[in-house]
Amino acid sequence: MKIEQYKLLEKSLLKDFINSLIPIANVYAPVSKGFNNYVFQNIKSADEVSIKYIPTIIPPKKFFLPKKENILQFFIEDELKVEPVTEYENLIIFGVHTCDIAGIKCLNMVLSDKPKDTAYLIRKKHVTIIGIECNDYCDEYASCSFVGAHMPTTGYDLMFTELSEYFIVHIHSSKGMDIIEKTDIFKDASIAQLEELKILRNNKMKIFNNEIPTERRYLPDLFDRSFNANVWKELEQKCLSCGNCTAVCPTCYCFDIKEEVDLTLKAGERYRVWFSCQLDPFAKVAGGHDFRKERSARQRHRFYRKFRYHIDRYGMVFCTGCGRCSRTCMAKINLKEVLTSLIRESEAKIWRKWL
Amino acid sequence: MAKVVIKDSPYNLKKAKILDVKTLTEKEKLFKLVFEDKTWLDFEPGQFIMVSLMGIGEIPVSICSSPLNRHYFEICVRAVGKVTNSLHKLKAGDIIGVRGPYGNGFPIKSLEGHDLLIIAGGLGIAPLRSLILYSIDNRRDFGEIHILFGCKTPGELLFEDEIEEWSKRLDIHFACTVDRADPDWKGNVGLITSLIPGVDIDPLRTYAAVVGPPVMYKFVIKELLAKGLPVDQILLSFERHMKCGMGKCGRCQIQNLYCCKDGPVFTFKEIMDMAEAL
Ligand SMILES: Cc1cc2nc3c(=O)[nH]c(=O)nc-3n(C[C@H](O)[C@H](O)[C@H](O)COP(=O)(O)OP(=O)(O)OC[C@H]3O[C@@H](n4cnc5c(N)ncnc54)[C@H](O)[C@@H]3O)c2cc1C
Ligand code: SF4
Ligand code: SF4
Ligand code: FES
Repeated sequence: MKIEQYKLLEKSLLKDFINSLIPIANVYAPVSKGFNNYVFQNIKSADEVSIKYIPTIIPPKKFFLPKKENILQFFIEDELKVEPVTEYENLIIFGVHTCDIAGIKCLNMVLSDKPKDTAYLIRKKHVTIIGIECNDYCDEYASCSFVGAHMPTTGYDLMFTELSEYFIVHIHSSKGMDIIEKTDIFKDASIAQLEELKILRNNKMKIFNNEIPTERRYLPDLFDRSFNANVWKELEQKCLSCGNCTAVCPTCYCFDIKEEVDLTLKAGERYRVWFSCQLDPFAKVAGGHDFRKERSARQRHRFYRKFRYHIDRYGMVFCTGCGRCSRTCMAKINLKEVLTSLIRESEAKIWRKWL
Repeated sequence: MAKVVIKDSPYNLKKAKILDVKTLTEKEKLFKLVFEDKTWLDFEPGQFIMVSLMGIGEIPVSICSSPLNRHYFEICVRAVGKVTNSLHKLKAGDIIGVRGPYGNGFPIKSLEGHDLLIIAGGLGIAPLRSLILYSIDNRRDFGEIHILFGCKTPGELLFEDEIEEWSKRLDIHFACTVDRADPDWKGNVGLITSLIPGVDIDPLRTYAAVVGPPVMYKFVIKELLAKGLPVDQILLSFERHMKCGMGKCGRCQIQNLYCCKDGPVFTFKEIMDMAEAL
């Protein structure tokens, strides 16, 4: 910890800080919608913001990979003209939890892999991420500690952590520094607060217990043994194939590509739009055959994409433990329970071999 | 929101001009294409391109000409739906959008020095024609070349002129069969699998390249294994729905493999234990 990278903010000044961002860029922050629902929304005043919130309905992926996004526009005049396009805005997302920062890191990994997704990279460059550290669990659905997303590491410009007297702010980029320097409300941090931060983090290790009865490093092995597990068959009976779990997931990025022609029939757009492996035509091929017809196969695919396939391809677990999929599921399919059942089933099989 | 034009977008299209359209059968047409900017499509046999008709859609299509042909490239398209039917309405001089090439084609470098057993079912001849033309252009780099071609009826036989020529060549063993004959048909009748036991190959020296409708694979592979071909010398090209062609949209995923990026050509070894593959 380099002390120069840390600043202090009086707790009572947090609103002043948020208000100081509004002239700089479009600011998005968690806003309560009632019934314990929160949304990252454009704010005009700090009064709208919920500093304490459980993960928003839709994660910040919507700023990086919008639900619907034009990728090409075309004009048919004397001759065909095609222009690849993208839209972006300078924006600051305030109050991002570490799980959602982990989600953005997953998207970065995929979309900056070759061939690079230029539109994504342009948009990403114009986003400033200001995090807020969770000192305790948001609710019982979270499994962020299992995947190691409960502690701030990288992926943000500024990170706010609440101490007893102050917010301590970690400045992680020059973009973050510029924002801090725009106001005079920050104080220098001293050794005492850095000590307090260390103690807080140590305490967090006790509060955030691994939520799943295995370790992350055993995931490949667990999943390699579980392709034909009964757990998937049980999901067949429950899942409604609504696709909500993938829409709200910060690391789900599958999309469809479609197009629209305007009324003149001389111009139009090609766009990409979120799609889901849980929905019907996703894995259909010519001739009508569907390689993942059963809902169990689709759910299995979802879990393997989170916990197995991308470990080989990108070296990362593609679950941030945010708990959104479990919170949103009408059929009450719970990620922590599914993983726990998989472990139990796989252990039972191993024991049987020894008996 | 600011809007920018991003020329280096991976979704950008190159304009290709149709030089010629040839009707091959009732359902298939062959399109001869060149890029308007006179650049050359640099590809490997077995790779595909994304073909665009603006306002209608974009589809994956195999390149069916020889990669050594620097004058034009060709695609053979079967009219099955929206984009393919619209393509069939186009004429010489019309412009389409193209991006690519994409995917892993046939591993030419591994194939060289070996015998080839090329097995095409129906439209599967399209990507394989590229391999056949390549191996003819580089004939001395390959050992024996066997081509087995099957389709439902004689009327569905693609590239008839070329087949005639291949069957006359002394340096190629060519056999063809139809599921159902018509009165004029003088060749073999029966499924393509019936031709396999008869081909005279040294299985350890031979690479088989198989492309056809999904139902064909299981039966053909069984015959090839019975002949003693090693699992990593059986090459298959897979078809999935594809939207991006770049391993992003997730549409073509077969477990941990992206058909568009890791394939479409896979060795049987890579996928033999994989549910959802065949
Ligand atoms: C790697 C690859 C190579 C191919 N090579 C050729 C070729 O050389 N010649 C040829 O005629 N066809 C080829 N195809 C198939 C071709 O892409 C589809 O026939 C085409 O996409 C159908 O589009 P459509 O708009 O005409 O049909 P639609 O009206 O969209 O649908 C008709 C049928 O085509 C299937 N289909 C639709 N979109 C796609 C898509 N994006 N990818 C795959 N299947 C789709 C649908 O499942 C449906 O059964 C290839 C497909 C792949 C994946
Ligand atoms: S798991 Fe739940 S949220 Fe996901 S598709 Fe099934 S019913 Fe919908
Ligand atoms: S799988 Fe569920 S818990 Fe994991 S990142 Fe996606 S929504 Fe969050
Ligand atoms: S076509 Fe998009 S991932 Fe393969």
